[in-house]
Amino acid sequence: MDELMHFGHTTLGLLRDVLPIAGILIGFQVLVLRRRLANPARIGFGLVLVLVGLALFLEGLELALFPLGRLMAAQLTAPSFLFGAETGPVTGYAWSDYFWVYAFAAAIGFATTVAEPALIAVSLKANQVSGGTITVNGLRFAVAIGAALGVTLGTVRIVSGIPLHGFIMTGYVIVIIQTALAPRAIIPLAYDSGGVTTSTVTVPVVAALGLGLAESIPGRSPLLDGFGMIALTALFPIVSVMAYAQISEWRTRRVRKTQSRSEDRLNQR
Amino acid sequence: MTRLLLQFLRSLRQSFQDLLPIVLVIGFFQLVVLRQPVPRLGEILAGGLMVLVGLSLFVQGLRLALFPLGEDMAYGFVRKGNLSLLLLFTFTLGFGTTVAEPALIAIANEASVVAARGGMIEDSEPARSAYAGGLRLVVALAVGVALLVGVIRILKGWPVQYLIIGGYVGVVVMTSFAPPEIIGIAYDSGGVTTSTVTVPLVAALGIGLASSIRGRDPLVDGFGLIAFASLTPMIFVMAYGMLI
Repeated sequence: MDELMHFGHTTLGLLRDVLPIAGILIGFQVLVLRRRLANPARIGFGLVLVLVGLALFLEGLELALFPLGRLMAAQLTAPSFLFGAETGPVTGYAWSDYFWVYAFAAAIGFATTVAEPALIAVSLKANQVSGGTITVNGLRFAVAIGAALGVTLGTVRIVSGIPLHGFIMTGYVIVIIQTALAPRAIIPLAYDSGGVTTSTVTVPVVAALGLGLAESIPGRSPLLDGFGMIALTALFPIVSVMAYAQISEWRTRRVRKTQSRSEDRLNQR
Repeated sequence: MTRLLLQFLRSLRQSFQDLLPIVLVIGFFQLVVLRQPVPRLGEILAGGLMVLVGLSLFVQGLRLALFPLGEDMAYGFVRKGNLSLLLLFTFTLGFGTTVAEPALIAIANEASVVAARGGMIEDSEPARSAYAGGLRLVVALAVGVALLVGVIRILKGWPVQYLIIGGYVGVVVMTSFAPPEIIGIAYDSGGVTTSTVTVPLVAALGIGLASSIRGRDPLVDGFGLIAFASLTPMIFVMAYGMLI
């Protein structure tokens, strides 16, 4: 019964989130465009699916992933796990003591990004618009690798205490250099993939990891150092998506070169 | 009906593949690295099942409603040919979807605590909630402006990188002037604005616009709206931190 109440609560909260969107869409459709929707029943049914689907999704995450993610973040960053049970209060530590934290950050960053519904939506669109050149899973894996890198750097930053803006600005410089070199068609999509990564699944888990880490390390304040994980998670997919396009362009060019070379050889005979 | 059911089953299998990495990562770290049993296994399995079905339903709804709706609106506005109405619509969409975004509400509340501890505002409940409310309005305004600029860019065919790199320069300049307490929050606020319902709609809107205007390529010109929406909040929030 409690579960049902809670589910109703989630649905209600989501409804409050979706209603303004629906209001804006319907308002403009009816008052401004003065057009009837092409297939109102289908769209209505689809909106119900979106609403029910998201409510189930969020409720399930709340029940399964988020508590476990928080618990694991706390366990992995606890001094008793990192330095063994018998050590007293931690006074000095090396950044390499946190190996399992970095490994967890990379793995969970990758996994939560792959499951991100907004990224699935953008990948479907990119696949359709590019006529199949960009594959749905190729794009998602490229984004997920970038997110994994971002989350890991976020944890390294909290452990080492290097200021956030140093990482962000280095990221910007890499993005600007890549923008000059990468195939033009990928650039807008790469920029978009940054904002898409940090959404429903990734943000709570990554934020919990950052807060847990900032709490357990001496000299870090969760309020000041816990922030910044999301920013890095949103920045590095831009780098990895452009790199993905650069690598595939480079490979096609190399294949073409060897092909034309063998054709030349054939022609010479 | 059978077709719909078949499609749903296929999407259920796809969702299972999408969620498998999380299961593997959690399982490996919990059982192998931490050597702990999985607590409350029944609840976790039930939750996992809900996530699976929910994701499949959402993807179905995406194809049936959100994508066609976004594209349909784009075609409608292009056919109507009224620029100011289109801009009003995009601004309203950006502002309206962001101001009530749960992730933003959460981060704004945390930010108000940071600001109170840092002595930027008085440490009392009304002062904090005023600060958090102001922050939400500022971020929503930033997203509205972002979509506005993004749509103008699609109509004019400007290359996205000049605007984005210009935005980066703005972020760097603002970082050197903004109070240090606000910087982490400002950087993070860019990531939380784009919600799961907004992203498909905005992507479909951009692609719809780019494909219905002659001379625009949907891949090169249609994407980029979300990028603006995650960049402008950083600049706006740092400005907010400087003013207060």
